[in-house]
Amino acid sequence: MSDSQPNGGPHVVLEASGLRPRSLAAGLAAAAVAVVAGLTIGPVDIAAHRVALQLLDGLPGLTIDSGLSDAHAAIVEQIRLPRVALGLLVGATLSVSGATYQGAFRNPLADPYLLGIAAGAGLGATIAITSNLGDGAGVFDAVPLAAFAGALISVTVSYVAGHLGGRSTASLILAGIAVASFLTACQTYVLQANSDAFRQIFAWILGRIATSGWSEPALMLPYFVVTVAVVLRYRRALDVLAVGDEEAAALGLEPRRIRLVVVLAASLGAAAAVSVSGLIGFVGIIVPHTVRLAFGSSNRLVLPLSVLFGGAFMVLADLAARTALAPAELPIGVVTAFLGAPFFVLVLRTSRREIW
Amino acid sequence: MTPAVRVQDLDVTLDGTHVLRGVDLAASTGEWVNIIGPNGAGKTTLLRALLGLVAFDGEIAIDGLSDRRRSARARKVAYVPQTPVIPPGMLVADYVLLGRTPHRGVFAAETANDRRIAAGVLSRLDLGGFGERTVQSLSGGERQRAVMARALAQQADVLLLDEPTTALDLGHQQDVLELIDALRRERGLTVIATLHDLTLAARYGDRIAILARGRVAETGPPADVLTVQNIAEHFGASVRIVDDPEGPVIVPTTAASAQNGDQP
Repeated sequence: MSDSQPNGGPHVVLEASGLRPRSLAAGLAAAAVAVVAGLTIGPVDIAAHRVALQLLDGLPGLTIDSGLSDAHAAIVEQIRLPRVALGLLVGATLSVSGATYQGAFRNPLADPYLLGIAAGAGLGATIAITSNLGDGAGVFDAVPLAAFAGALISVTVSYVAGHLGGRSTASLILAGIAVASFLTACQTYVLQANSDAFRQIFAWILGRIATSGWSEPALMLPYFVVTVAVVLRYRRALDVLAVGDEEAAALGLEPRRIRLVVVLAASLGAAAAVSVSGLIGFVGIIVPHTVRLAFGSSNRLVLPLSVLFGGAFMVLADLAARTALAPAELPIGVVTAFLGAPFFVLVLRTSRREIW
Repeated sequence: MTPAVRVQDLDVTLDGTHVLRGVDLAASTGEWVNIIGPNGAGKTTLLRALLGLVAFDGEIAIDGLSDRRRSARARKVAYVPQTPVIPPGMLVADYVLLGRTPHRGVFAAETANDRRIAAGVLSRLDLGGFGERTVQSLSGGERQRAVMARALAQQADVLLLDEPTTALDLGHQQDVLELIDALRRERGLTVIATLHDLTLAARYGDRIAILARGRVAETGPPADVLTVQNIAEHFGASVRIVDDPEGPVIVPTTAASAQNGDQP
């Protein structure tokens, strides 16, 4: 019996799935390319090496002459860099939240908005805009705060209602659908009563990666850190949950507790992302699935790679949003779907991997 | 000798229905006990109670288990469900390594020892070259062996099998049961299995317990338990028992032959 031989051992070498150096390098390279593109391309093209020197100059203790004029240096440091940072944070958070939801609910169609985050945030933002509490710009404006509150309330209500309805993940998803429908109906009602605010609300719903200095990335950063830290810590547990609650429990886990923790962490990040950049759809679905198709289905690689590729995807989508019709900006939700959907279909057609 | 598993006066109520009532069952170390009974008798619920997956009244004692935590139980009791969930896209290697979860903890990576144990189990079950394939891509018989491999990787003393031969053809049914028997002998496993096929239940395993309407109706060696009367009473089935050197063979009879007085 081969497995009882302490020294001989079997001939088969068994390797668990995990983040290999090659896939990690691919993710880092994608993020780096996106960052360079995001910093150099725009109404003013700025050479990549000068951008690099300028960034090094910004590090404490280093003084380097990048050769950029003050105006160009300001474009890099004050305008593009915060925007790229926000794109990375929002894209990474939405993607890793989507991957988490898909794993926790064992459902390929799950995205971070599954439990009503979008509808809750939409209602919150609509109420804030129509009550003239704010105009949707700036971080400490009432709109993102109301959106954040609406998102968290809707997830909480969905979770409580879903667990009252039964123990299955299906009842939780159905509760999320019910909560989302109810809140969307409320939003439509508020909107009908205040049709003059329609354009402003519509713009918020389509999403944007807009920054005024560093306040948005700074606001987003702690949520990103918490979400990614919690979810990555649970990556192995999510792989066990893939065999269903009953078998996971027979393997010694507490599936409901694990699901509660990871879903709350993912929801917190998604709510923060929605409150700073509106409802950017599709990212939480296509990035994790693209990673699965390209690298494999284990959450040990899907979660970290979703962070890197999600960030890269959002920075590139934002680049397209601000350059395609320059000087006008396209809503980023339009770009993520317009570029993302065909790309995803292409990946789906060419990959030989079974992912779901 | 203390029994490996002892169930005393077990009561389980699910959604207001009394599924198990006063069930007593014991299995000693290295013994194979088959639980038979009609659909809805509570066989799966009994296994789930042993796994700690349902609330119960009464007592379940598993040898050497005092820690009430799930992970401690999972190091003692391994489970092969009737219809295992096949996780999409999961590689066989990762799937079998899931069996090491109760040993490594939720957050820790598997050790070289975990990988060695999983590799050993895979080659023992003739799945040595399958590690890089997905579980989805396996045939029915290979899948069943992969699920068995995961359970064996748990290195538990007690193996619970819920209808391990369902959905397998006769040859594969035999393969799986022979494999379980061989592993039981190699490792001193205590096996508790539910089976629908009464002839197979008689052939493999030391004792049979009939579970009917939530109670253990009969228990004992196959030849004592598998009688025409017991099967008629608890299964509502009309059968003949044919004696075979390897154990009783249960043959269904038709209504016509019963009328002709064609009784054993």
